[in-house]
Amino acid sequence: MIRIEHIYKSFGDKRVLEDITSTFHRGKTNLIIGRSGAGKTVLLKIMVGLLRPDRGRIYYDEVDFLSLGRSALRKLRMQIGMLFQGGALFDSWTVEENIRFPLDMFTSMTMGEKRKRVQEVLEKVELDDVLHKYPSELSGGMQKRVAIARAIVMNPRYLFCDEPNSGLDPKTALIIDQLISEITRKYDITTVINTHDMNSVMQIGDTILLLQGGRIAWQGTKDEILYSKDETILNFIFASPFLKGLRERALRCEE
Amino acid sequence: MNIARIIEHFFFQLGQWCQWMWMLASRPEKWSVYYREAIRQADAIGIGSLPVVFIISVFFGAVTAVQFSYQISGTFVPNYYIGYIVRDMSIIELAPTFTCMLLAGKVGANIATEIGGMRQKEIIDAMEVMGVNTVAFLVWPRLVAALLVIPMLVVISAGVSIVGGFYTSIWGNLFTASEYILGLHSFFEPYNVFIMLVKAVVFAFLLTTISAYQGYFVGTGSIELGRASTRAVVFSDVAILIADYVIAVIMT
Repeated sequence: MIRIEHIYKSFGDKRVLEDITSTFHRGKTNLIIGRSGAGKTVLLKIMVGLLRPDRGRIYYDEVDFLSLGRSALRKLRMQIGMLFQGGALFDSWTVEENIRFPLDMFTSMTMGEKRKRVQEVLEKVELDDVLHKYPSELSGGMQKRVAIARAIVMNPRYLFCDEPNSGLDPKTALIIDQLISEITRKYDITTVINTHDMNSVMQIGDTILLLQGGRIAWQGTKDEILYSKDETILNFIFASPFLKGLRERALRCEE
Repeated sequence: MNIARIIEHFFFQLGQWCQWMWMLASRPEKWSVYYREAIRQADAIGIGSLPVVFIISVFFGAVTAVQFSYQISGTFVPNYYIGYIVRDMSIIELAPTFTCMLLAGKVGANIATEIGGMRQKEIIDAMEVMGVNTVAFLVWPRLVAALLVIPMLVVISAGVSIVGGFYTSIWGNLFTASEYILGLHSFFEPYNVFIMLVKAVVFAFLLTTISAYQGYFVGTGSIELGRASTRAVVFSDVAILIADYVIAVIMT
């Protein structure tokens, strides 16, 4: 579980986040949604320590993340996996080298053990025959899967995903969503996903946090969205007349 | 930009540079991974730069020989001095300074673009989330590779430059080969080779760290990447020339 309390962040005069407090649960896919510029990526970067908040606290299972010393922080970081929007794979390294990198850096495993572990995670993300290929030889969806494989190779307790579906076709996006959701449940990981893909929200969002103008506009579960009367969340999730119509029809059917 | 902003920017950059160098000075996580990367970088810097260093060096020597031959024609300075001048010019100045300025354009720009690209593609962020000391990981292998390979390239450059001057004697008929070889054997100071190696090591350090620094703090977008690459080359070249002067004052 990750808890954030009263997070504030500004860049110069521009306030990006204001009093953000929320809890992200273990074994669930916790979604942060919002329009572009709402502060989603900044919040995610603060949670993984890439940015420091002006004020506020972050707890990883009761461990105060912001007050950790260097070695304790390093130990905690080994339990964090992150999937970046573009995959963030080394172009000049093969898939195997990319996935093996955290093992090379932080474990004393033998090469045989590392290769076995790489093979295991590649099976988890359902990729075959890509070990010796370079990222440029893979499709966007396959690159995302390799990035997921790298993110989970150290058996993380916390998984962060920044726009995992961006640039993917709907079918591949769905596969990636399902993969993240499965991994989260199977390995009891606390997963935080930053997205503006509404399919993901309705497909895998166990808890949802809506940011608007750097503030929390709505928090709840996927099921609460459907029955919510809150205009903010309804206008965001069901922005198109088509989706609005679908929602109304679903509610009418239930009645 | 007013003076106050320029001063503020200068001190900001200085502070950032010091912080960055401090991170570079901290202990690398895993030597074996760094070693693998250093070998890869040494191959890129060494083998990748050899042809261009070779071509440029041949012409250093050839042009110096032709120019000096022209300067001394009609004077009482003996022709064998051409060999002596080409040798010492190559060892003390041409090989270390020009080779490193050339490498600042080739290797420095490459380092800035490569690291800048990693920054823009969030690869550096990904490594930081993992807990990697990104400054050490990105700079140490390149620095070690440069400190080993660039002095070798400079030595090769000096040798090729001297040979380039020799062949001019045959093709240009400006002086005889025996005169040139006599010049090469005259007034030789082994200390000059030491100066050349000191310059090569200092210049290698400068061009690698300056270029890596420019790449590491690149802004977003392709224009910024281009600017970082240009800054890497310009700042490296200026730093090399300043260091060249300082070393010349101190060591000669």
